Amino acid sequence: MVENRPFATFISHAILLLGLLVVAFPVWITFVAASYDAVRVVQVPLPLWPGDQFFKNLETVFNVGVGNAREQSVGLMLMNSFIMAIMITTGKIIISMLSAFAIVYFRFPFRMGFFWMIFITLMLPVEVRILPTFSVVADLGMLDTYWGLSIPLIASATATFMFRQVFLTIPDELLEAARIDGAGPMRFFFDILLPLSRTNIAALFVILFIYGWNQYLWPLLVTTDKNMYTIVMGIKQMLEAAEEAPEWHLIMMTTLLAMLPPVIVVVVMQKFFVKGLTETEK
Amino acid sequence: MLKRVHFGPSLLPFALVTPQIIITVVFFIWPAGQAVYQSLLVEDAFGMHSEFVWFDNFIELFADQSYLDTFYRTLFFSFMVAFTSMTFALVLAAMADRVIKGTLVYRTLLIWPYAVAPVVAGALWMFMFDPTLGIIAYFLGGFGYDWNHRVNGNQAMALIIFAAAWKQISYNFLFFLAGMHAIPRSLIEAAAIDGAGPLRRFRTIVFPLISPTTFFLLVINIVYAFFDTFGIVHAITKGGPGKATEILVFKIYNDGFIGLDLGGSAAQSVILMVFVIALTVVQFRYVEKKVEY
Repeated sequence: MVENRPFATFISHAILLLGLLVVAFPVWITFVAASYDAVRVVQVPLPLWPGDQFFKNLETVFNVGVGNAREQSVGLMLMNSFIMAIMITTGKIIISMLSAFAIVYFRFPFRMGFFWMIFITLMLPVEVRILPTFSVVADLGMLDTYWGLSIPLIASATATFMFRQVFLTIPDELLEAARIDGAGPMRFFFDILLPLSRTNIAALFVILFIYGWNQYLWPLLVTTDKNMYTIVMGIKQMLEAAEEAPEWHLIMMTTLLAMLPPVIVVVVMQKFFVKGLTETEK
Repeated sequence: MLKRVHFGPSLLPFALVTPQIIITVVFFIWPAGQAVYQSLLVEDAFGMHSEFVWFDNFIELFADQSYLDTFYRTLFFSFMVAFTSMTFALVLAAMADRVIKGTLVYRTLLIWPYAVAPVVAGALWMFMFDPTLGIIAYFLGGFGYDWNHRVNGNQAMALIIFAAAWKQISYNFLFFLAGMHAIPRSLIEAAAIDGAGPLRRFRTIVFPLISPTTFFLLVINIVYAFFDTFGIVHAITKGGPGKATEILVFKIYNDGFIGLDLGGSAAQSVILMVFVIALTVVQFRYVEKKVEY
């Protein structure tokens, strides 16, 4: 603040609070809807204050299920989402760290060729290559498996680039010292590079976990088995069922559950999240 | 690129890049090549027979009024999403940059929509605006405005713009705030001493100085609106009513998986690929420029 203008400061806070209200309103309505029973939730207008059925609805969602998705439990869908997100996250971090290590620290034939092959994946989001990728996965027999859900999303130029940037900032003296002490490449990788990239790994973890958890189109295509549905897809199925028999209170409860894990990750790891966002986009 | 001090030639580096290269080739380069190849073929509905037709699929697409409409609709949609979300975020960031107390609290409360999946965002907004029981539709009705996005195409478009922009506010806010923090305080102070008020300082100093951030965010938001909003459209409108909210990514999915027009769908994918590549190049040139500053 440059000058003391109490009124302007007051206005700033007021606008910020108003902005927060606008941003939070959809979620508040969801929370309110999830806390009433089936009868009250379909009477208009919905009250702005939550009711007392929240925990009962929570129990119903886990033990009984929702709509025509009743046979698959919300718990299972949450677990599927979690497994997919973790596989994508760890897979991406491991393969991109290894390839960035090779590209930065080794001189070998076709080095730049490999680099460009990785680079162009930046330009091919899954949405533009869905059909052919789908047939590859089908040919490999990976439909309805966790592998099919996660592996096609694992290759990532952004993560490789980020690790490349990080490795380039690590002083050469560390490698010289390690070599004088007789460390081989892998020893150097595990004892020096890995510990030095810890915060970057954490930052990447936040971004990739959200990316993995929120995948929608891809799981929609590769899973037909109800036991493999992810929570984000499950919500779509419930919305479709809602056109005949609306169970909005349960749908909204599931919606809350679906957004809770990534939101918790973002809020708890806020520092790393901001770092990850600003660094992966460079 | 390469470290001055590095390891000598061995098989190890090949082993290290192999996992990523295999996945890249199998799931990225090969399918993308397939998409390009298929876009040059015409296949009958049963996939029994296909014929190589050069660029007929593309010519057909650009002669097809409904495809061109979808293209313009997507452009309109992504500019509206970018504009709405960036304006909202810019105002909030300017305010958060002004206040001393509570910046971190505001940031914490504004960043979480980033973590919400597009489909989930779709579900939230769909419920609020549901014509029969949505609370906002009810209030609008109270003002005499009849809201029904299942019938009214413009309202459906407005709804997906809101939902898509809402999700992107966090991202824009964080980048605008970081951009404003990077402006030297002495510039602002000098302007204040010369008698410029907060609004004038924002217009003549802050806004011009964050223009690289603004441009960067514009590209990112457009790419986001083009590709990451499939879930929102699929959940709320399914492209309807009519084709009022059918955007390009949705049309590829619809024509390919539902309509089984593989050649046409592949040609659309190729056009989108060219579009992403062009945007990526623009963005990279901009990044290079930023380094010169």
